[in-house]
Amino acid sequence: MKKTKEKNSLPFFGIPKMMPLIIKYRKDLAVVIVTTIIFGLMEITYPVLQRYALNRFVEGGTLEGMGLFILAYIAAIAGMAISGYINTRVCMATELRMNTTMRNEAMAHLQKLSFDYYNTNSVGYIHARVMSDTGHIGETLTWNLNDGIFFTMTVVGSIAVMLAIDPKLTAMILVIVPVISVFYALFQGKLFELNRQVREINSRITGQFNEGITGAKTIKSLVVEDRIFEDFESETRAIFNKSMEAARLRGVFRAVTGMAASAALAIVLWQGGLIAKEEIGTFSLFMTYARDLMEPVSMIVESLALFIVGKVNIGRYTALMESVPNVRDSEAVEEKYGDCFDPKKENWEELKGDIEFDHVDFQYPDGDELVLEDFSLKIPFGTNVAIVGETGAGKSTLVNLVCRFYEPTRGRVLIDGRDARERSQLWLHSGLGYVLQTPHLFSGTIRDNLLYGKPGATDEEIYAALEKVSAVPVVEKLEKGLDTDVGEGGSLLSTGEKQLISFARAILADPRLLVLDEATASVDTMTEQTIQAAIDKVIKGRTSIVIAHRLSTIRNADIILVVKDGKIVEQGSHDDLLAAKGYYSRLWQRQYEDEATSRLWSENQEKTAGN
Amino acid sequence: MKDEKRQKRKENFRLLWTFLKGSKRWFIFGVIASSLVSLADMVSPQIIRAAIDNALGGLEPDLPGWAVALADRFGGFEYLGEHLWIMAAALALIAVIRNGAQYLVGVLNNRGAETLVKTMRDSLFSHIERLPYAWHMKNHTGDLIQRCTSDVESVRRFVSMQLSNVIRIVILIVLSIWFMVRMDLRLTLVGVSMIPVILGFTVSFGRKMHAGFEHCDEVEGQVSALVQENLTGVRVVRAFARERWERDRFIEKDNYYCGLWVEMGKTMTRFFSIQDILSALQVMLVIVFGCAFCVNGTMTSGDLIAFISYNSMLAWPIRRLGRMLIEMSKADVSLARIAYIMNEPEEPASEKALKPAMNGDIVFDHVSFAYEGSSETLHDISFDVEAGSTLGILGGTGSGKSTLMLLLDKMYLLPEGSGRITVGGTDIKDIDTEYLRSNISMVLQEPFLFSRTIADNIAISSRAITIDRVREASRAASLDESVREFSKGYDTFVGERGVTLSGGQKQRTAIARALVSPAPIMIFDDSLSAVDTETDAKIRGELEKRFGSSTTILISHRLTTLSKCDKIIVLDSGRVAEQGTPDELRTSGGIYQKIFEIQSGAAGPEEAAGEEA
Repeated sequence: MKKTKEKNSLPFFGIPKMMPLIIKYRKDLAVVIVTTIIFGLMEITYPVLQRYALNRFVEGGTLEGMGLFILAYIAAIAGMAISGYINTRVCMATELRMNTTMRNEAMAHLQKLSFDYYNTNSVGYIHARVMSDTGHIGETLTWNLNDGIFFTMTVVGSIAVMLAIDPKLTAMILVIVPVISVFYALFQGKLFELNRQVREINSRITGQFNEGITGAKTIKSLVVEDRIFEDFESETRAIFNKSMEAARLRGVFRAVTGMAASAALAIVLWQGGLIAKEEIGTFSLFMTYARDLMEPVSMIVESLALFIVGKVNIGRYTALMESVPNVRDSEAVEEKYGDCFDPKKENWEELKGDIEFDHVDFQYPDGDELVLEDFSLKIPFGTNVAIVGETGAGKSTLVNLVCRFYEPTRGRVLIDGRDARERSQLWLHSGLGYVLQTPHLFSGTIRDNLLYGKPGATDEEIYAALEKVSAVPVVEKLEKGLDTDVGEGGSLLSTGEKQLISFARAILADPRLLVLDEATASVDTMTEQTIQAAIDKVIKGRTSIVIAHRLSTIRNADIILVVKDGKIVEQGSHDDLLAAKGYYSRLWQRQYEDEATSRLWSENQEKTAGN
Repeated sequence: MKDEKRQKRKENFRLLWTFLKGSKRWFIFGVIASSLVSLADMVSPQIIRAAIDNALGGLEPDLPGWAVALADRFGGFEYLGEHLWIMAAALALIAVIRNGAQYLVGVLNNRGAETLVKTMRDSLFSHIERLPYAWHMKNHTGDLIQRCTSDVESVRRFVSMQLSNVIRIVILIVLSIWFMVRMDLRLTLVGVSMIPVILGFTVSFGRKMHAGFEHCDEVEGQVSALVQENLTGVRVVRAFARERWERDRFIEKDNYYCGLWVEMGKTMTRFFSIQDILSALQVMLVIVFGCAFCVNGTMTSGDLIAFISYNSMLAWPIRRLGRMLIEMSKADVSLARIAYIMNEPEEPASEKALKPAMNGDIVFDHVSFAYEGSSETLHDISFDVEAGSTLGILGGTGSGKSTLMLLLDKMYLLPEGSGRITVGGTDIKDIDTEYLRSNISMVLQEPFLFSRTIADNIAISSRAITIDRVREASRAASLDESVREFSKGYDTFVGERGVTLSGGQKQRTAIARALVSPAPIMIFDDSLSAVDTETDAKIRGELEKRFGSSTTILISHRLTTLSKCDKIIVLDSGRVAEQGTPDELRTSGGIYQKIFEIQSGAAGPEEAAGEEA
């Protein structure tokens, strides 16, 4: 969707967009350009030296001056080696540093973008912008530039030398150059297009492998192995055909280049053969140049084509860098409170924990209807709000507004009596504790993860927080305790353990405001009870907003908001809502039944196990 | 130990050999064509040499007899010297042959490579589809995909770029040395003296770099994982106000990664420069010695020119040869990873492959079952389902109800002596597996939808199903209305960005999939759990209407779903705790009755809440 839009609108291969980066590395790039020119010159020098040797020694029949020749040749080798060494090294380093700069800037920018960006772009898509587009841009701006200049240098240089020696013969060789240039220009684009298609089918094939493996059970029970394989086979056939088409085109390219080189060689022999009689060295120079001229011509065309391809990467990268966060702090706010990287904590007021919705309208940026209309609600400090509703009913909306992940379309959300927009996002978030339904832990140790809640917390504080949520046993049973690695995404811990650690993380900072998305994930009964007890304990003495799945939370909440199809349909205390005998009471009834039934089963199971 | 390793290696290459079926010949033709290219490359300098020495220089030709005869047919060397275009045309003719062959090399070699990749992919895919379900449960999807993609790719590279290129380069080297030796042994020795130096240098250097590359790859993985983690954890990052920390952490790692490569770059650049110097010295030596030989009259100028051509032809291939020798070792690992999949035996076919009528009674007869490596899940289960009747199974999480159905569908095979399952009196182990499965329609709690259109998903079991039948089934599954709301209707792609089906919609799609091709045995494994109560009732009504004649098994934890079953079994920790009609069970005093009391509101939630507090 969004991907292809920016494709063809950038002038000059999109390079002007990368100017800040180019300026930052201008010195390195200058070194690259100068050394590549010198390197190119040295390449051209060899045939000239060879010509001298053949003319002087072989034709002249003497070895006088051989020492000098060897010296000159070694000097050329040294010149080439030194310029080549500097060139490759600087070019490589510049490419790497450019990539790193772009990645770092992209990551910094991503920390500021609002959630609507994350909702409309998949993680895989953003990941590719950060990791792969940057690499392509770096390569284009360094190696591709370098190669383009180097090959232009060799072509122009050898033509110049040839012209100086024998303009007529040179002119005859040069006839070939425009012919093949046109040929390359015509077909290079097609080749790139074919390669793109091949990559596309390739990613579809990976997708089908994924489906064939994850869907194995369904495929077997439906007995559709043959059909699924047939479809798979049609993709592998398609990629085979496309690849062969590309291979044939590449073959033609190489054959044409080879043919052009041979044609040039034949011209030299036919028209320049007589030169060999007097100056064998000159003849050999022409042969070498003529033969080696065509390859660089094709490389120049390829470089140009790569710039065109690079434009797409530049377009995608700059689209990311130019996206503006929907939720952002005004300049005045940034002035006083600082931004998310450099907060001015000295100006921060203490967060008390009063929240108020004041005539709020809200519509998701990618949604098409208002999900909140003229919604007003006061949540004084210490209130426990529960939000209930079926899966996918839109229970997170209020949480998103309170956390200022989104801003109201109309009306205000007041924190401690002032519009949330009057203070920085970081200020609000710093006073907030947040527990997600699917606990997200970062790779690192348990300590690293806990410190996420409060950097610099002491072990005592950490244990106090763990104690509060009854998570001490989780840590104690691990050999390395707090220093145990949790693995990528916390994969080395069980779901229940992750849940408890993420609780402790939120509690560590002792936030005035706690947002909690209760887990529905199936954990064993013991863990479930531990988690439930932890919730009951931690919501006391704070303002809390709980997306509730458990009866105890719902029952004891000060206010219950009932959500259906994205909208709040009922609100009030548990008793009021039950008495109203509306949607809530049905929901409650069903939840109660499910929960009681599953409790019955597990009690029964324990009994059986006890026997 | 070493023998074992060699044995493994041998097996891996035997597997490669079977993959190469169908592509071998293309590679062989490719090598033949490339020999032709090399040969043509050898001949052109000879034409130029003959032009310089014999046609123009008037020297006595030391060419093979046939070449002299050929020259004589065109009027002799003297005539050719005056009509150089003939020799130029010969050069052009050789070029046409050479480049024609060059084109063939590209096409043939690619044809081989693509055929090989296709064979590997197709065999892997179809093999994976036919591996037993138990194997699928044991392996991680990500890991398997890696084997099917990157490992396939590295085997392809090994065969098409390394193996066949090595053969080509060796042919080229041998040919040019042969031609060079025929002209002048001394200068040949000078020219080739550098080859072992360059080759040895490349290989030893490559070995040294190998560990560095691996480390870089590893760190790159970490950088990439960091991005992934930051993006997926964006809510946590924001909510904990850790933007700065996240940024700094990434920058630190990323800069470390960059530094690693810059260091690697320094070493690599040194290596490239030394290689350049060695190659240039090789050329210089040939020129210097060549000139000396010419001056003292032991070599002609034409010989020297030809020599310089051969020498420059060798420079690149030798550099590449070194690199290829290093990379060849990697393919072994990839082959072993692919063999891990290919060596696994496929699902065994039933010995008797019977295809009896499937509308008979289903009988579970003293069935016990344990998953590999765990304790017994099912203990001595016996019950029967009368043909055409509806059975309800009630049980808690982990009671073994889904396992029962997996056994009936032969996803797991019942070991000898663990009881038997029969349909219409025939033991299912004797029934043809595909036949059995296609006569059992199973709808799962978390249905798997294919990334195709909704219509394709519903009609997946047969291409013959018309869109009208799809709509009809969809209406019966209460799905039609939701689908109409999508802008592309039934052509909506499942999983496309922006269009995500809710849990309930997925379940209803799966039900429509079952409705569209009714089978004699229908199983609904908790397949309406995400659908609200009213729709649940509506769909159940439709099911009853349609599957009057089918034998139906309903699994649920909600009694309303099971209320109309002819018979219910209550499964508790892998045992049948109770069985009977709903009416019987309601008053049996067992667990069913307790659940009934909870779910019918006989025990009010208020009471229970009090109990809890």
